[in-house]
Amino acid sequence: MTEQMQSEQGQTVVDSAKADKTIIHVEAMHKWYGSFHVLKNLNLDVAQGERIVICGPSGSGKSTFIRCINRLEEHQQGKIVVDGVELTDDVRHIDSVRKEVGMVFQHFNLFPHMTVLENCCVAPIWVRKTPRKEAEATAMEYLKRVKIPDQANKYPGQLSGGQQQRVAIARALCMKPKIMLFDEPTSALDPEMIKEVLDTMIELASSGMTMLCVTHEMGFAKTVADRVIFMDGGEIVESAPPHDFFDNPQEPRTQQFLKQILHH
Amino acid sequence: MSESMAPPKRAFAPVQWMRDNLFNTWYNILLTVVVVYMIGTSIGPLLNWLFLDATFTGADPKDCVGDGACWLFINQRLNFFMYGFYPDAQQWRVDIMFFLLAVAFVPQFIERFPARRWLGIFGMTGLPIIGYILIPGGWFGLEEVQSNKWGGLMLTLILAYVGIIGSLPLGIILALGRRSEMPVIRGFCVIFIEVWRAVPLITVLFMASVMLPLFLPEGMNFEKLLRALIGITLWQSAYMAEVIRGGLQAIPRGQYEAGSALGLGYWRKMRLIILPQALTLVIPGIVNTFIGLFMDTTLVLIIGLFDILGTVQSTITDPAWQNVAIEGYVFVAFCFWVFCFGMSRYSQNLERKLDTGHKT
Ligand SMILES: Nc1ncnc2c1ncn2[C@@H]1O[C@H](COP(=O)(O)OP(=O)(O)OP(=O)(O)O)[C@@H](O)[C@H]1O
Ligand SMILES: [Mg+2]
Repeated sequence: MTEQMQSEQGQTVVDSAKADKTIIHVEAMHKWYGSFHVLKNLNLDVAQGERIVICGPSGSGKSTFIRCINRLEEHQQGKIVVDGVELTDDVRHIDSVRKEVGMVFQHFNLFPHMTVLENCCVAPIWVRKTPRKEAEATAMEYLKRVKIPDQANKYPGQLSGGQQQRVAIARALCMKPKIMLFDEPTSALDPEMIKEVLDTMIELASSGMTMLCVTHEMGFAKTVADRVIFMDGGEIVESAPPHDFFDNPQEPRTQQFLKQILHH
Repeated sequence: MSESMAPPKRAFAPVQWMRDNLFNTWYNILLTVVVVYMIGTSIGPLLNWLFLDATFTGADPKDCVGDGACWLFINQRLNFFMYGFYPDAQQWRVDIMFFLLAVAFVPQFIERFPARRWLGIFGMTGLPIIGYILIPGGWFGLEEVQSNKWGGLMLTLILAYVGIIGSLPLGIILALGRRSEMPVIRGFCVIFIEVWRAVPLITVLFMASVMLPLFLPEGMNFEKLLRALIGITLWQSAYMAEVIRGGLQAIPRGQYEAGSALGLGYWRKMRLIILPQALTLVIPGIVNTFIGLFMDTTLVLIIGLFDILGTVQSTITDPAWQNVAIEGYVFVAFCFWVFCFGMSRYSQNLERKLDTGHKT
């Protein structure tokens, strides 16, 4: 039993050795909520610097999938390796993966009792052990990058939705993650605020960040994505570069989905 | 782009206010009239009794001759009401504690008092340590004063203070434990909370003072006051846990997830993200519990401890003084009111200060 565990550990080391290109490796992954089979046999390799857009109808398991990548949800079968570390029950593995993976949520989830600056500094200070001065300097840098340095001392409740989401992006970036996950970052926003958030994301994409975005913004997918993944019923139905995906979808389910969203 | 302007000033017009709030409907007019009449007829006699006809100074009970209150009684027995049987020569030790208590907590009401925060922290950490050294004594050359001599307001404050300072952290731990994913911890916390909460304090005190010694091994017989303090703290922490759990439940799941996604571990997430918000939400409930505890400390009377109510009650039967029961109880009520009202005001201050304009 112990030997077997050790050989599994050995496996992890081998994985990290060849991780210079593949930063996320998902293999034969399944997940159930009770008896409900939400994710069925997912396989995906994401290269460093790759930008992936995930789309699909509501309830298809997109959120669940990307939340498995930083272990906000637990998978029950198969394998997820992030930056050379396999996600298991081992808390140390989970912690080290979460350090390298930033996440932006649909509803921002900023900490309302902290100022914008404190929101950005809390994780660098307590997780990365960055000195406060340095953390604040970094935070200001990222707040400049998302174009709201002047809001640093306000509370999230005093900002507009678009500004809050940009703070959320800056907060995640302050941890200097290798991977960024976005779960419908614009779908809780008013139309006029969507652009400012998308611009921030486009800027981030051009800086070489590895990104996984669940979004229905097809314009964003076309301009930024290296690959578009279509999920339905808990499966990856199709995965292709954007021009193939939009102009020449192979699967009937993809064709139907595209017809629906593009006609709106 | 147009100039930005200052918001319009809202003038306060008393007549307008009265018309809007006191005389706006026929039943409000009626209520206003009745209430004003009742206040008008009772305020005069009350003031007369409390102040104008009252006796404040004098040498002995015979000096209380007027129709008003005999405050001379309180005046003469004040020492007993403050310190109980604490020896006169040692009372400076208690005075230091009263003074430090005031130094730590009175500035909390004054916005922008320098080092206010540090004084507050001192009040929660340094103060109990100093009190633990100073009040019982028996070391550092201080004469030992056994706890059966403690009494009066001093005892009331010790009971309430220890109960408050002890039950808040314990309550937090229990509340977190009750929401834990680990069945053993959760089970323990649920049982602890439900058992203590189902028992009235008076029973807890009685058990602590009378029954506990029967179960404890010979020689391990610690003081009655200490047993009462432990009983009160544990009992109170069960209530506190439920209040805090209410706050924890109100925090959206997204806050936990955002904390986790940033890599914060369980304890950091709780301390930095969840608890500050949850505790802020339940400040009214926490203070309500504190106030309840403050009042409940009077129950120690049944195990033979003389808190402020006990000292007053034991003196009003003194045959030397005639009919001073009302004065005694008014005095006790006033003391309780000062502290409880203080706590309530403080909680309102705190709520206002911690409100960061977030609405969920
Ligand atoms: N905690 C949960 N317990 C049980 N079922 C869940 C839970 N969370 C999600 N589900 C179910 O899992 C399925 C996938 O949910 P998921 O949130 O991943 O969908 P999605 O593709 O992100 O949809 P949307 O576009 O609406 O966000 C849905 O059918 C949902 O009802
Ligand atoms: Mg979703």
